[in-house]
Amino acid sequence: MHWWFPSDASSVGGRVDSLFYVVLYLTGAVFVLVESALLIFLVKYRRREGRRASYVEGSTRAEIIWTAIPAVILVSLALFSQPLWSKIKDADRYPPDAKRLGVEAKQFEWHFTYPGPDGKLGTDDDFMKKNELHLVVNRDYVMELTSRDVVHDFFIPAFRIKQDAVPGMHILVWVRPTVTGTYELACAELCGLGHYRMRAVVLVQTPGEYAAWLQSQGVTVSSADTTATAGKGAS
Amino acid sequence: MTAHAEAVAHAAHDDRPFIRKYVFSTDHKIIGIQFLFLSLFFLLVGGLLAMGIRWQLGFPGQPMPLGGWLPQSVAPGGVIAPKTYNSLVTMHGTFMIFFAVMPLLVGVFANYLIPLKIGAPDMAFPRLNMWSFWLMIPSGALMLTSLLVLGGSSVSGWTVYAPLSATPDYSGVHLGQQLWCISIVIFGLSSLLGSVNYITTVVNLRAPGMTWFRLPLSIWALFITAVLAILAVPILAGAVIMLLFDQTIGTHFFQVDVGGQPLMWQHLFWFFGHPEVYILILPAMGISSDIIANGARKPIFGYHSMIYAMIAIAFLGFIVWGHHMFQSGMNPTLASGFMVSTIVIAVPSAIKVFNWLGTLWRGSIHFTVPMLNALAFVAMFIIGGLSGIFMALTPVDMYIHGTYFIVAHIHYVLFGGSLFAVFAGIYFWFPKMFGRQMSQRWGMVHFVLTFIFYNLTFFPMHILGVGGEMRRIYDPTVYDFLRPLQPINVFITISAFLLGASQLVFAVNFLWSVFRGEKTELNPWRDNGLEWTTPSPPPHGNFAETPRVYRGPYEYSVPGMTEDFLPVNLPPAAGEAA
Repeated sequence: MHWWFPSDASSVGGRVDSLFYVVLYLTGAVFVLVESALLIFLVKYRRREGRRASYVEGSTRAEIIWTAIPAVILVSLALFSQPLWSKIKDADRYPPDAKRLGVEAKQFEWHFTYPGPDGKLGTDDDFMKKNELHLVVNRDYVMELTSRDVVHDFFIPAFRIKQDAVPGMHILVWVRPTVTGTYELACAELCGLGHYRMRAVVLVQTPGEYAAWLQSQGVTVSSADTTATAGKGAS
Repeated sequence: MTAHAEAVAHAAHDDRPFIRKYVFSTDHKIIGIQFLFLSLFFLLVGGLLAMGIRWQLGFPGQPMPLGGWLPQSVAPGGVIAPKTYNSLVTMHGTFMIFFAVMPLLVGVFANYLIPLKIGAPDMAFPRLNMWSFWLMIPSGALMLTSLLVLGGSSVSGWTVYAPLSATPDYSGVHLGQQLWCISIVIFGLSSLLGSVNYITTVVNLRAPGMTWFRLPLSIWALFITAVLAILAVPILAGAVIMLLFDQTIGTHFFQVDVGGQPLMWQHLFWFFGHPEVYILILPAMGISSDIIANGARKPIFGYHSMIYAMIAIAFLGFIVWGHHMFQSGMNPTLASGFMVSTIVIAVPSAIKVFNWLGTLWRGSIHFTVPMLNALAFVAMFIIGGLSGIFMALTPVDMYIHGTYFIVAHIHYVLFGGSLFAVFAGIYFWFPKMFGRQMSQRWGMVHFVLTFIFYNLTFFPMHILGVGGEMRRIYDPTVYDFLRPLQPINVFITISAFLLGASQLVFAVNFLWSVFRGEKTELNPWRDNGLEWTTPSPPPHGNFAETPRVYRGPYEYSVPGMTEDFLPVNLPPAAGEAA
């Protein structure tokens, strides 16, 4: 049975999961403590003959304690998670040598644009694949994410990555897949009638497999590197 | 009892015609009861729509029981169509938030309780108050009509994100979305008229001696809520009018190819939407506080810090909206700022929980039906609050945003929190409203069933969310990674049906008790509030003579007294400080 996180296949997945577990253990402990206190009070202070409630209006010391402790814990938690967030979402910190890909969402398809033989995105020899994202394992990618019509959301659960695709905006998304395999890309923002079937496959391949795929698309590549060097773009 | 006799005599002089007394009434009590029936009706509508959603998620593609009765365009062969599913999701959220929970908390309890609890004969603006209710009728009727028009109702979620909602080219919905917009604008007007009234009444019509720091927490909560509504609802109305213009007169506020900005919709919507979340929880906190102090027979722990915590929540509530938009394409540095403000708002919520625990500590807890519901509110709000911390942290939110984890969270706050408090409030003030008691035994049955099936329905949704299941998808089995989670969906669906069926107990108990319930005594909960010093139901004008208030509302189990409660209007005995 697989009733928990999908297996983690990206460079940031482990860190996202760890942060999740930090919060889970922390909130789990608070949950157990507070709910048990509640239950204990309900049993211990239930109405009984001959016992009266104590007339207590409050305690300034208690208020200070239970304001300060959660405040310190919570704010530290926010500060603690800030670096990971910047690493994942701040485009200025992305690896400069990352491969560029284009991702355009439209109702209800994903269009991926790969650089052609010149290795550059945005030139005439680029080629496009529908609903099929091929990536080389352990390589950095920066994708230019946009939408042709409404707001969509680029969600690869195995990579723990999620980013809205907004018409008129070109948002940069960084991923570095670390495990080869076939994964799913889902649209995670209600985008219309076919929202539920706006699905793409993500193939994380070895450099060899990737080169073979490129070749099957009619793009010639050098064997040392999977960077496309010659040939013409496939459709 | 002379006060009682005088009040009855006063009531006998009430010779308004039936239509002014019970239909177009300016009496806050009648208006509160009108809101009660209207919003319980919409709670039923919203609940039935949820049953449709659950059927499709549990048994995708199978004909729904009674689905054959629906038109072929909606459910071909009894199977819910994808567009119908999106419509169900949208309208469930819309009805529950705008037409069920918000009027239940604000329309019912603010109207009914504010004048009675502060010792006023009525609201400051009774006619505005009447309009506030009667505007809800066209608003609700238009929203219901939108389900029936050609092209169907809005399908863009209760958040109606533009540009999906802004043009039929993308959504396939013409009239339905426009009706949604018009209905919400009218709803906004109703809400504003009500809020103006609540604020003015609390500021101006408090009885002699009812100082600000003698107000019950329910009144404080409703007052702060009204302030939130008056600041937030106009933003919603403005945004919705812009959206309506985009569809009808050719403006392009949200359409990018002609210079619009889709993210602007999200900013405007959530600038309203997050305060709205607190509009939906603060009254629940106030109602529960009153009932918990009464049930524990103890003063509320930290009365002042409870008030300051609510004020802090209200203030911070206006600077956290960006946490709905962490993954929207908003600048990541801005998102970090919103993460900090969001995390900080958890602190006053925690203070409130600790103070409720403090109130129970060394109390003498009576497990009445309203008390059980109020305690369930606290227990469930703890879960909803804690699960919010996951979303507050931007990197964790990146994974669980838009999944069932969020659906679980919102339902732990809005159902586990707000609705349990609503049930608590209805059971508690029903005798005041109708002069009769609801059956406590059936109330107990309803509470136990609801509590169990509620948790069986919504807790497993956290697991679905961690598994990555997206919300608002018609058929999760399209995805390989979601198929193993399907047994959980089946389990949730069955629990949801049982949860829905359990509400029949409440419906029958409620309707039966209105007519046949046991007559209530003057002060059945032995409460300190002013509302229990006048007959039930109170006559027109509420009090035979203006009451005078001598102390705060939570003087329970005062040492040296035989009774364990001390009504706020009881003149102080010799030696007691007034």
